Amino acid sequence: MTPATLYGLCSAVLVGAGLYGMLVNPQPLRKILSLNLLGSGTFLLFGVIARRGAAAGLGGDPVPQAMVITGIVVAFSATALAVALLLRVFQETGRPTLDQPAPKDGG
Amino acid sequence: MMLLGDIATGLLVSAGVVFFLAGTVGLLRFPDSMTRLHALTKADSLGLGLVVLGLLPQAASVLEALKLVAVWLLTQLAGATVTQLVARAIWRGGGRS
Amino acid sequence: MSLALLADGALVLLVLGLAFWVNAAASGFAAVVGYVAFGLLLALAWMRLAAGDVALTEAAVGSGATGAVLVAAAMRLRAAADPPPSWPGVSRPSTPNRRSADGRDTPGHDGGGDDLAPPAPYSDSHRDVPGHDEGGKPGLSLRLAALVLSGLVTAGLAGLVLWTAGPAPSLAEAATRHLPGLGMGNAVTGVLIAYRALDTLLEKVVLLLALGGVWSLTRDRVWGGRPFPRAIPAGNGALILLARLLPPIGIVVAVYVLWVGATDPGGAFQGGAILTAMWILVMLAGLRDAPPIGSRRLRLAVAAGPAAFLAVGLAGFVLPTGFLSYPESIAKPLIIAVEAVLTLSIALILGLLVAGPAERPPDPAERLR
Repeated sequence: MTPATLYGLCSAVLVGAGLYGMLVNPQPLRKILSLNLLGSGTFLLFGVIARRGAAAGLGGDPVPQAMVITGIVVAFSATALAVALLLRVFQETGRPTLDQPAPKDGG
Repeated sequence: MMLLGDIATGLLVSAGVVFFLAGTVGLLRFPDSMTRLHALTKADSLGLGLVVLGLLPQAASVLEALKLVAVWLLTQLAGATVTQLVARAIWRGGGRS
Repeated sequence: MSLALLADGALVLLVLGLAFWVNAAASGFAAVVGYVAFGLLLALAWMRLAAGDVALTEAAVGSGATGAVLVAAAMRLRAAADPPPSWPGVSRPSTPNRRSADGRDTPGHDGGGDDLAPPAPYSDSHRDVPGHDEGGKPGLSLRLAALVLSGLVTAGLAGLVLWTAGPAPSLAEAATRHLPGLGMGNAVTGVLIAYRALDTLLEKVVLLLALGGVWSLTRDRVWGGRPFPRAIPAGNGALILLARLLPPIGIVVAVYVLWVGATDPGGAFQGGAILTAMWILVMLAGLRDAPPIGSRRLRLAVAAGPAAFLAVGLAGFVLPTGFLSYPESIAKPLIIAVEAVLTLSIALILGLLVAGPAERPPDPAERLR
């Protein structure tokens, strides 16, 4: 087994773990975290494919690597926006969840 | 000369790793936050210092060696500050973890 | 099995263990801390995949900046759920105090009229806060279904990884062929700034859109004001010392990382993220307040990076080379100039994204600026 294959298997498990957490965890903050796990796994898979494309004296194919750098920054902006939305929901309702408050007892 | 450097690296890095191990054991075993913090910082600053010292003979150039030392100094600075902040937070929180 | 592979295996186990911790940790805050550690270890994994540029970005943006946003959010959610029981001289706050202590409105003080749903009673919200919620979990059958689905996805990807174990098709040859013409040695920077400059330009636009989205979540009443619930008081001595000592060093390191990006791992994103960290440190220590988001100068600065990139790109039409292409004779200085502007604009936008929407009303003088 080569290191690239090992990290490839790692990325597969990360994607699975992120997906499971996103589906099962009820709190939005935890869903955001799991989404980031899922994204990290996907990026790592890109890295493995880049590593297998090592050629021309480079340790890996630079094109997927550059795409991953772009991806990490975009994932950060998505996370920042999601967290801002979550905090605003929390500000409005006092509850860090997307569930409807059971009865509208507050007004 | 090369051999001497390699031996020094082996010894110093191993010693550094022992400190990291001790710090980790302390982090896991000590009873409250303050003692855990103590174990972590003492062991980590010394451990990292020894690892950096051990890597110096392997540096290809003086510039590379200076970069290693800079990493160690910056980690010291950040570590000391963060320890202060964590300890202060523990103090204000009434000693609960 | 070689020793290096054994170390790789240990690293993979650590990464996966932390990933499971992030999913399973009892409190949101613990999960976020686990995620930051996860990102740093993942940066090591990137080094093992011979991707130094990505490792730097993962450590700085994926773990650092994302971690800062998530830690702040987790602290807020936790502070509301679980105020520390024994602050010296302060009794446990009641519900309205809790909201004002967090810098949010006490009910009835809201002049903007955008507070549509008053908060649920404290006891009600307590149940749904991370770490206190057991009832919100989906049922066993749903969890099993999710487990099966995730397992299938994992198995599919693992199969893909194992069955395509040969060398992958690669653009490395094509990417290195023209690097000398650009005066560059780092193929990843070459791809980001030259070959796929359009991607990078649009990524800047994504950052701008995200910032617009975050700012648009500002309440009407405080529109144009400053982020953070209240002006951060000058903190304690240790933090102030760090915030005075570190930024000069950090700026030098950021410029260095940007400069070596032409030949070695580094570049605009990594340098920009370091600058962001310095700026956030200064803001957290209370040395400088966050800028008001209504400030015209701030908005011009935010738009400057993508605009400069676009201007260089459009200049390609005037010169006979085409959109986003660089004339070979001045390619290197042009690329460095574009990267320098990009670094500053990335640092600014990342910092503003971490700071979040405005939460304090603007000073009257600031409205006019």
